[in-house]
Amino acid sequence: MRLARLGDQVQKIRSKNAGPFWLTIDIFCGSQEAYEAIVATLPTSRVAQTFGTSLQNIKRFDISQLHVVKFSLPRPTVQGAPNDRDMHGASWAALLSDIDL
Amino acid sequence: MTRVLVPSGALGLNYDKEALRRGIAAKPDIIAIDGGSTDSGPSYLGRGVSKYARSSTKIEWAGLMEARAEAGCPLVIGTAGTCGADSAVDWMLDITREIASEQGRPLKVAVLRSSQSPVDVAQAFLEAKVAPLANAPEISADLIRNCTNIVALAGAEQIDAALATGADIVIAGRTTDTAIIAALPLREGCHVGGAWHGAKIGECGALCASNPQSGVILVDFDKDGFTVTPLADGAHATPHTVSAHMLYENSDPFILYEPGGYLDVTDATYDAVDQTSVRVSGSKWVPSDQYSVKLEGARPAGFQTVLMALLRDQHYVANAQRWADDIVEKCSAKARDRLNLTAADFQIEIRLIGQTASFGDLESNQTTPPEVGAIGIVTAKSEALSQEIGQLLNPYLLHHPLTAEEEQPTFAFLFSPAEMYRGQTYEFALNHVLHLSDPMEAFKLEVHEIG
Repeated sequence: MRLARLGDQVQKIRSKNAGPFWLTIDIFCGSQEAYEAIVATLPTSRVAQTFGTSLQNIKRFDISQLHVVKFSLPRPTVQGAPNDRDMHGASWAALLSDIDL
Repeated sequence: MTRVLVPSGALGLNYDKEALRRGIAAKPDIIAIDGGSTDSGPSYLGRGVSKYARSSTKIEWAGLMEARAEAGCPLVIGTAGTCGADSAVDWMLDITREIASEQGRPLKVAVLRSSQSPVDVAQAFLEAKVAPLANAPEISADLIRNCTNIVALAGAEQIDAALATGADIVIAGRTTDTAIIAALPLREGCHVGGAWHGAKIGECGALCASNPQSGVILVDFDKDGFTVTPLADGAHATPHTVSAHMLYENSDPFILYEPGGYLDVTDATYDAVDQTSVRVSGSKWVPSDQYSVKLEGARPAGFQTVLMALLRDQHYVANAQRWADDIVEKCSAKARDRLNLTAADFQIEIRLIGQTASFGDLESNQTTPPEVGAIGIVTAKSEALSQEIGQLLNPYLLHHPLTAEEEQPTFAFLFSPAEMYRGQTYEFALNHVLHLSDPMEAFKLEVHEIG
């Protein structure tokens, strides 16, 4: 049984390019309660592991007024490079949604 | 007070005509619209062309030119033709001339050019005037000279120079998304932090409000901050929708770098004026000692041919990765052997749609789908070679068995011919800034009388 899939605990997770070289992921928690739960249970190291990058590459913003946890990281591949799979960085949110906390 | 009307997040995305009429009735001081971004990938900059259809661009631009005439204010487009290279600016100028003569209205058009000579940028690099941003690729003077197009992102200073010509219309090459909105409020002495912050909130049109597809918004700038109002029926800005827009496509939701400094919104406050409008104040502008503009460049990245096959047989669906790896190995060996190539001359990749096409090795979901799309991607140093290797790959995607013992399988091809030629591809080559001694040093300004 899956206990707590991240995507099921929050309102929405969105990923997008922040320019061709960076990816940014916004977790809209939807409530103060959900926000506090995510801040308490989602370590940045887990995000680094999910995206196959190192902890020091990840910028994290816990924004309580918006109930948002935001992560920015170097794009797994530069946008539009021959090995890039996702021109707008739109799908990466789904990878994070699928992790269990 | 300076009133800026933003019809939508980009020319080509359409706008709500009724909302635009309301905007014109509100007597804006300027109409500002973005014409592009890097978001659609390096090919547009590499080729110097627009992503949006000419017909669509012309219809929407003609509507804005009519609106401008009615409002009696300047109309400015930034990053014209998606990439903002000189060729895309010329495309936009050509469309503008056509419309001006059709509308029977003489106009003064200022054209701001942002294209950079790769040879000059390479020289600036050798003189240490080009500096890397975070996660910038390694570059060299040769790599810079290899770019087919390089643009510099103009800021408010260059847009201000274009407005100072008294032009009815400004067609700007690559600019920051915010510069076209911030320039006039800054010129008229509005709050500097508020000008940049309001420009960032406004640059995607109504994306900062509910009913984001409606496009049209008004941003009123003054001595202390700004007020944003979406104009479509049913569109509302709230402190939440407006402050949340700082998250969008920004790696840092509080800091935004621009030519000549940065915007800091850490202490900004967002207050509802009524059901529709939001008032923002407390944004800070921090000027920098060095005036720098960001560079974007695209260079050739090989020629591509793509093929696609569908796997529906469950034996093959379950073993698709092994099947694909085997094809890549055998077909690459055949290409090296028959065409006398080295590994550096080409690459064959197969992505499995339905399994790992999105995330590759990072995919965690291992469920078996009913079918898998196998997309074969050949990238080679010449067009002829990419086509030749595409044809070598064709029979593998059609008939390759998992083992020599089993009956020869046949997979579904979608098209005849199966090979889709994508031609020259490009890649982004620069994530750097260029230091300038004068903001206009890297830009050219022209004035045209048309219509």
